[in-house]
Amino acid sequence: MNLRRVVVTGLGALTPIGNTVPEFWNGLSNGVSGAAPITRFDATLFKTQFACEVKNLDVEQFIDRKEARKMDLFTQMGLIAADEAIKDAGLDLEKINLHRAGVIMGSGIGGLRSFQDEVTDFARGDGTPRFNPFFIPKMIADICAGFISIRYGFRGPNFVTVSACASATNAIIDAFNYIRLNKADIFITGGTEATITEAGVGGFNALKALSQRNESPTTASRPFDKNRDGFVLGEGAGCLILEDYEHAKARGAKIYAELVGGGMTADAYHITAPHPEGEGASNVMKHALEDAEMQPEDIDYVNVHGTSTPLGDISEVKAIQKVFGEHAYKINISSTKSMTGHLLGAAGGVEAIASILAIKNSLIPPTINHFTDDEDFDPRLNLTFNKAQKREIRAALSNTFGFGGHNASIIFKKITE
Amino acid sequence: MSEIAQKVKAIIVDKLGVEESEVTPEASFTNDLGADSLDTVELIMEFEKEFNLSIPDDQAEQIGTVGQAISYLEANVK
Repeated sequence: MNLRRVVVTGLGALTPIGNTVPEFWNGLSNGVSGAAPITRFDATLFKTQFACEVKNLDVEQFIDRKEARKMDLFTQMGLIAADEAIKDAGLDLEKINLHRAGVIMGSGIGGLRSFQDEVTDFARGDGTPRFNPFFIPKMIADICAGFISIRYGFRGPNFVTVSACASATNAIIDAFNYIRLNKADIFITGGTEATITEAGVGGFNALKALSQRNESPTTASRPFDKNRDGFVLGEGAGCLILEDYEHAKARGAKIYAELVGGGMTADAYHITAPHPEGEGASNVMKHALEDAEMQPEDIDYVNVHGTSTPLGDISEVKAIQKVFGEHAYKINISSTKSMTGHLLGAAGGVEAIASILAIKNSLIPPTINHFTDDEDFDPRLNLTFNKAQKREIRAALSNTFGFGGHNASIIFKKITE
Repeated sequence: MSEIAQKVKAIIVDKLGVEESEVTPEASFTNDLGADSLDTVELIMEFEKEFNLSIPDDQAEQIGTVGQAISYLEANVK
């Protein structure tokens, strides 16, 4: 079967280090940390009291107050990022075939704040079941994709992908496949997540997954550093407009990069721990390369999952060395989570944007907060510590791995005729 | 205006995002104030919470305007 080519024609980002794509890139290239003490609730009693929150968000600037009230924060964020991406793509909604335009958004959890508040309210009452009619639609993880379709009239395939921290990458791969297979021409895709709540922080603390470096939030996310002690919870949304290459060319769209391959595997090992040898992780990168019909030597940059957990960082680097062999020493590797924190189900969206902009701007965003070398990592690897590095990038690979053992990788390539 | 009427108006303004001047006794939630069926259910629920009573479904269905809500509540709130 002849597969169609798929390109990226629009971007939208709402992140802890910038509320628009240009601000996000500015933060990435300057090595800015988005971590700060938690403001979304009183975290005094929690082991972790900081997170990477989105700052100065004026929701009503984008969404009418009456409508916004019916949405959880994760939906509001996804809608705001989608809006930026649509505008950036210069899409004329009067001219495109809306029946061939779809929405696939990833969210690992969904409306955790809405769920927590409503159930708490019920539990505090006398047992009378007085649930708000918007409780379910606010909470369900697919609702953001629904709202986006309602706002823009996209009537093609529409759903959410849920694979924990791989959710957004799974969404992007699904959208990619539907366009390749000629089932649709255009997609809004990516991910959105907002879980900085008592239940979110308390739940991840119980898993011992979060950094507890309360005395220094901005240096807490330190992937590959000897003293890393867990990830920093983030929130936000990252949206891409994916489009059939011929469709994009015909309407004279600006093209950021080509999406050339995606891989998906499972560890089949443990619910939260990564496979110690990074087996699922190496397989997923191999699958993405095969799908793209590329060799490891064709990749110049790997945007890692790299969450700053003691085990995860090691198994991912082992997997990279297994896949790339000697070429591993020639690529740049970086974890943008050192700056953004971990956006869970939105991570794949914002990291796809980081990878695409790295290609476009010939600049590798850094892994900030490197203080002490860890002998577990081969010193010949270039982990892009502390400062961005200039480099022509032919192609970039982005990894995401989720609780449950889900792995997903995608490859973006500099656009060529 | 009774205290009940004032509270009812405030709830409607907040939940439906309308101007206070639009909330007249004759105003219909769905036809005049832009509510859909879920908004109406939410309004009834908010009245129940605010006035600490339970409005049976068959009676809730009869409440379609601001005035109907106020008279129902004035008659039933103890």
